[in-house]
Amino acid sequence: MVKWQIIMNNIFVYCEIEDESKVADVSLELLTKGRSLANQLNCQLEAVVIGSNLDGAIPEVLSYGVDRLHVFDAPKLYPYTSLPHASILVNLFKQEKPQIALMGADVIGRDLGPRVSSALTSGLTADCTALEIGDHEDKKTGTVYKDLLYQIRPAFGGNIVATIVNPEHRPQMATVREGVMKKAIVNPNYKGEVIKHNVPDYVSETDYAVTVIERHLAKSKNNLKASPIVIAGGYGVGSKANFDLLFELAKELHAEVGASRAAVDAGFTSNDRQVGQTGLTVRPKLYIACGISGQIQHIAGMQESSMIISINNDPAAPINQIADYVVNGTVEEVVPKMIKYYKKNSK
Amino acid sequence: MSLKIVVLAKQVPDTRNVGKDAMKADGTINRAALPAIFNPEDLNALEQALRLKDTHPGSTITLLTMGPGRAAEIIREGLYRGADNGYLLTDRAFAGADTLATSYALATAIRKIKDFDLIIGGRQAIDGDTAQVGPQVAEKLGLPQITYAEEIKSCENGVITILRHVDGGVETVQGKLPLVITVNGSASPCRPRNAKYVQKYKHAKTVTEKQQGNLDYEELYSKHDYLNLQEWSVADVNGDLEQCGLSGSPTKVKAVQNIVFQAKESKTLTATDRDVEDLIIELLDNHTIG
Repeated sequence: MVKWQIIMNNIFVYCEIEDESKVADVSLELLTKGRSLANQLNCQLEAVVIGSNLDGAIPEVLSYGVDRLHVFDAPKLYPYTSLPHASILVNLFKQEKPQIALMGADVIGRDLGPRVSSALTSGLTADCTALEIGDHEDKKTGTVYKDLLYQIRPAFGGNIVATIVNPEHRPQMATVREGVMKKAIVNPNYKGEVIKHNVPDYVSETDYAVTVIERHLAKSKNNLKASPIVIAGGYGVGSKANFDLLFELAKELHAEVGASRAAVDAGFTSNDRQVGQTGLTVRPKLYIACGISGQIQHIAGMQESSMIISINNDPAAPINQIADYVVNGTVEEVVPKMIKYYKKNSK
Repeated sequence: MSLKIVVLAKQVPDTRNVGKDAMKADGTINRAALPAIFNPEDLNALEQALRLKDTHPGSTITLLTMGPGRAAEIIREGLYRGADNGYLLTDRAFAGADTLATSYALATAIRKIKDFDLIIGGRQAIDGDTAQVGPQVAEKLGLPQITYAEEIKSCENGVITILRHVDGGVETVQGKLPLVITVNGSASPCRPRNAKYVQKYKHAKTVTEKQQGNLDYEELYSKHDYLNLQEWSVADVNGDLEQCGLSGSPTKVKAVQNIVFQAKESKTLTATDRDVEDLIIELLDNHTIG
């Protein structure tokens, strides 16, 4: 078992590279979170970028307050495949012994994180919605662990919120979804050390076991993340046909349509519209929740909306507690009236 | 070329259909109120395995699951759809496992199965949503992994071609067997039970189930070995107790909360025309909508 000293070791963020050596938003958000945790723990923030032709990405990464940036630049490292990136992190982490390692909870991070954590027998918490620092006492042994990473996430299908700690194993690893943390540049000219590593020292030829033979990337079909108004439907919408009512209202209000996981599971709409812990996090000016009961895992993705309207025929729906307006009624009944009166009054 | 396929499956509480009685007053989960089901994405994985078996005659599918005694139910569900046999890893020492300890246990069982070309599982289970077990099993076995698979396009001469999801699109990847694949929920749904297999396997039971049930079928089990479902303990798979269950889990649950929302002062309206129109006018007036 790998056990190493907690104190003084640094925080590492794996930076994901999208096309054209652009750093993914989720990684920049994690650098910002990593910077604030590093300040709190009085340690340094380090970042890892792996890909090809990475020089363009370096200044941007440093500007988020990165003290040391590890660069692994080789043609075969882009596009991402599991084993080469995993070998780099495993070997680098064995060398540098980070106390905390963070990565995005998207396809790459959720493919890479578990592989790395298994190789290091460290723990990993997926899809965290908050990361905090705090102490932990093992009730059985009485041992007190100082300054652990609290990895907070909804669990059990979003019905409870769990705080996970990793007392004895390092690094403490967590993944976080895009949009959960906010990104902020520290200083465009932040002075960090750039370390360019020799890739063959970390990756063996046999690691290139899976090859990408074709890729089709499309720009996101919806603009949910940036839309000032989101109209979201849940299981209570009842049918795909009723879901079309939400699109009609969205068209009138220039809004985007979101969905709860239950609505996606029921086949009412596609999963790229899912709002919540395992979907998108949105912060619109107005969030209209239609037939959504309000499981924690959904609330996690929309609770920072400025105004929330809940349309629900169940007056006891949990989401009503965080709503500014509660309309007691069915979606079929209320939404067409909203369209009608919007048309009547908006001119 | 025939293939030996291991399908990883989990029996999970149906967290998608959580009713109001799912949480007890003290904030803990009322497991009894939740039905136990075959993890949905593991069914997608099983379908990919069954398709390989369809196109590669002579292939076999072995189901592997870990859980309490009743998890044998999902082995039968797999047999009813065309799997050939199954193993249930069950032992008190496995209890309380996080994803790492789970992966360790599954990997030791796969080493015991020994002869395999492919390991296929669902991307993630609905009770944890971590998507960690597939890649961790791959790492423990020293095998490559292909996650988020949508469709196995072909598998010829030991090379498998897979269409998989990536952020913002899809890609086609190729790798050499053996490897570990995890399958998305958006992949083809699993075929239904086959009546012929239901007839064949309806009395398939583990030793524990046989002890609990009536013994009328005792003769069947000695005649038809395929009805004897194997249970494996930690000792059966030569597991290291230190790496199993709670003691093999680096992550600990510090606290669990049943969240009570900070109740806002909300305005309650009815669905009448008048209330809805007033709401729209108010939203227009304060420029929330344009």
